[in-house]
Amino acid sequence: MKNTDQNSNYISGKTGDWEIVIGLEIHAQVLSSSKLFSGASTEFGKDPNHNVSLVDAAMPGMLPVINQTCIKQAIKSGIALNAEINKYSVFDRKNYFYADLPQGYQISQYKYPIVGEGSIKITDANGEDKVIGIERIHLEQDAGKSLHDQHPSKSFIDLNRTGVALMEIVSKPDLRSPEEAASYVKKIRTVLRYIETCDGNMEQGSLRADCNVSVRKPNGDLGTRCEIKNLNSIKFISQAIQYEAERQVEILENGGVIDQETRLFDTSTGETRSMRSKEDAHDYRYFPDPDLLPLELSDSQISEIRSDMPELPDQLVERLISEYGITKYDANVIVEEKEYVHYYENSAKNRDGKLVVNWMTSELFGLLKKNNIQFNQNPISPNHLNELVELIENKTISGKIAKDVFEIMFATSKSPKMIVKEKGLEQVTDDSVIEDFVDQVINENKDKVKEYLSGKDKLFGFFIGQVMKVSQGKANPGLVNKILKSKLK
Amino acid sequence: MSNLLQFSISEALSLLEKKEFSTRELVETYINAIEKTKDLNMYLTTCFDQALEQAKISDQNYLNGNQRFFEGIPLGVKDMFCTKGIETTASSKILKKFIPTYESTVTQNLWKEGAINLGKLSCDEFAMGSSNETAARGEVINPWNFEEKRTPGGSSGGSAAAVAAKAALAATGTDTGGSIRQPAAFCGVVGLKPTYGRCSRWGIVAFASSLDQAGPITRNVSDAALMLQVMSGYDPKDSTSSNKNVPNFYNDLGKSIKSIKIGIPEEYNSDGISSDILNAKDMTINFLKENGAEIIPVKLPLTKYSLPVYYIVAPAEASSNLARYDGVRYGARIDGDSLDEMYENTRNLGFGDEVKRRIMIGTYVLSSGYYDAYYLKAQKVRRLIKNEFTEIFKQVDYLVTPTTPTTAFKLGSTQDLLTMYLNDVFTVPASLAGIPGISLPIKLDKNKLPVGIQILGKDFDEQGLLNVAKVIETCASFKDTPNGATS
Repeated sequence: MKNTDQNSNYISGKTGDWEIVIGLEIHAQVLSSSKLFSGASTEFGKDPNHNVSLVDAAMPGMLPVINQTCIKQAIKSGIALNAEINKYSVFDRKNYFYADLPQGYQISQYKYPIVGEGSIKITDANGEDKVIGIERIHLEQDAGKSLHDQHPSKSFIDLNRTGVALMEIVSKPDLRSPEEAASYVKKIRTVLRYIETCDGNMEQGSLRADCNVSVRKPNGDLGTRCEIKNLNSIKFISQAIQYEAERQVEILENGGVIDQETRLFDTSTGETRSMRSKEDAHDYRYFPDPDLLPLELSDSQISEIRSDMPELPDQLVERLISEYGITKYDANVIVEEKEYVHYYENSAKNRDGKLVVNWMTSELFGLLKKNNIQFNQNPISPNHLNELVELIENKTISGKIAKDVFEIMFATSKSPKMIVKEKGLEQVTDDSVIEDFVDQVINENKDKVKEYLSGKDKLFGFFIGQVMKVSQGKANPGLVNKILKSKLK
Repeated sequence: MSNLLQFSISEALSLLEKKEFSTRELVETYINAIEKTKDLNMYLTTCFDQALEQAKISDQNYLNGNQRFFEGIPLGVKDMFCTKGIETTASSKILKKFIPTYESTVTQNLWKEGAINLGKLSCDEFAMGSSNETAARGEVINPWNFEEKRTPGGSSGGSAAAVAAKAALAATGTDTGGSIRQPAAFCGVVGLKPTYGRCSRWGIVAFASSLDQAGPITRNVSDAALMLQVMSGYDPKDSTSSNKNVPNFYNDLGKSIKSIKIGIPEEYNSDGISSDILNAKDMTINFLKENGAEIIPVKLPLTKYSLPVYYIVAPAEASSNLARYDGVRYGARIDGDSLDEMYENTRNLGFGDEVKRRIMIGTYVLSSGYYDAYYLKAQKVRRLIKNEFTEIFKQVDYLVTPTTPTTAFKLGSTQDLLTMYLNDVFTVPASLAGIPGISLPIKLDKNKLPVGIQILGKDFDEQGLLNVAKVIETCASFKDTPNGATS
């Protein structure tokens, strides 16, 4: 099955095109030093059962107390996703038994979530903006971890994660392709990282997604959906959706029906498999948690947070375009991570913004990737990049030399000025010196000069290259061009 | 030295201060009394060594003149309160050998002021019951006509019996649907259920979170005022605890009740209510009239829905609150071949029948398809019941009702659960509304069993409740002691 030309998002089957309909539930761990209802630390990577309070372990008589920081973070996230903040919300108990769920229920929000409808802008496959609806965001507790591989016959329980605050961000079924889903998750992640309500660290599980996938004939009635649980990378999200959609198309085209079920994605095979059917679905017996009062927010509380919001990615893209004259594409790349923006704005100070963005996104990102270095370990400081671009702008070095300098900067973290000075790489702008270079090249290539003069214009580039070579790349290309032209008449 | 048992808290405090006797003597007297009343099966755990250690500190404090507010008062604690280092089981097998590493806020408030813990008192399992018969370690015997083996009531049966038998100077109880007031009535002592939120629930084993409330069981109204004062207070660890100021209940006792309005709800009546109980109500009305109160008959037509609402809401919350007893982290664990089997074995053997019954009822009323018809409907009716009380308290200041439809029945005599549940018919409405209620003894019935009368008041008006109770107490002059008591 391949994507068709008419709509690159469609799956083309035996019976024609199929449209994928996707809704995502993102579980984003709230950035806060303590848990949603207890004072235990949320620090990642501690020894098992190190960050556990009496409340987390559900000792008899223990009571939850809401962590106001987590409330603030949820409101902030809601505002960043253009969503309605509900002044009245309720914490409910979601009841089920599992060994890593000490209370026997998860405190979550069911009928009355803290954040209502909102939206987020993503870039679709054609580079166009697309608005994805957000259904709601609610706060809930994370569960602990069951470790099944520590002992041949026993399972161990680690409660460090128990009770850590999660925001469940539920999208509307507005996504139409694995790429859009990936773009949506990336964008949500970027926004949350900007406003510092979630670190977005997918490897550590700070951001995970459940994907609801169904297929239908283009613009037809919605099909039966399957939910793929707990995907913890953007790559897996795309793969799982693609596999699942194709699986559903195949079933439908062979006259089958889709069972509404919960599925798991096997990262080793790239396939989804059934976890439980609708019939086996838990009856969670939600009811308002009688240990907690309904959460009531005041207008002033909300407006205070609103007035304190940092610049959001979309606003930042607009500003970078107008302030630095860079393209929307480049602005989007820079805005993807807050640290990129910080770096860019520092290195672009008083410089040509376009030049800086090119150096950053192609040269710098290229070298980082090639050497497998994280951006925060980047050996080139923004000041040094700024300096390098300055050297290019004032023609101290040519763009070509700059690349060599850049590589040395990357390897040594030295300032470009020092490198240029040490290696004598300043551009040669002295006419007489360049004339000597040109004369040398002409003398050494008399036959080529003849050919050129007899009409083989293409050889001009050859002469330029030779002069640059002789000058060890330091000759000013403009002057070389001018002098060559005058000497080759 | 057993005459030390006769003193109330206020008397004991002043005599200790005058050094008429020492804390050690007082504590030893109570230890002795506990030993003598062992047959009543009231204490699940005793902590005499610790109590005697504490007594030394108390005596030292008295000697140095820096005694605390409740210095040296020996108390019994219902086994629903978690006590640091002392086994806390909620009278259930599933919490056998559970020793908390923490102290409940309410008991901590008592110890902080110098009170001394004698031990943990039996109750119905997880406070679910009205007769103490669901206790894992067997029922408590009511000290009144003890040879007849009558119920002390429940769930705070051990607490009420211990206070009546003088095996504790006072005790803590918890009340979810009448668990302080009903046993107080059956045992001829004073039991006060404060307004929901007055006492912190932190560290109390939860039964039904929206109803559970700690309160004192004492020999008289003044002691109830003293106890409540120490037990109460805002606790940031309990989101439902109130930050209302705690009055000096004891000092403010004794106000005249002249021209206050007392409502007598006509619905607090039932088939088979004994003439002795109706007579106690009439006596009380007369006491109040004699003291200048205005008696007003009132109607609370929603009263009849209280019991059904209670038996939906309380089990629903309980079914969820008790999910944590799963054998994974603490308490009993009965192994099985799989996780589910371990759960089943542990909970099957760990919980008694009544607890299982309520977990099943609660699970049912919360399950999808039944939630709206049961739980949601019950919550709506609960709201209406609360409103009905709010409205009635615009017309009258207090309500006076019998505490129970009967006096203490014989253990094992109630075969029918509905009859058992009907024990709480007069106490449950106040629990649903969250308002305070107090029960105090008025007289003995023809079987020489105490009869209790209940006074209900507005939210956070425990002071007024205690004042009215004090007036009734003085008039009733109930002085009898049970034959099962240490004398």
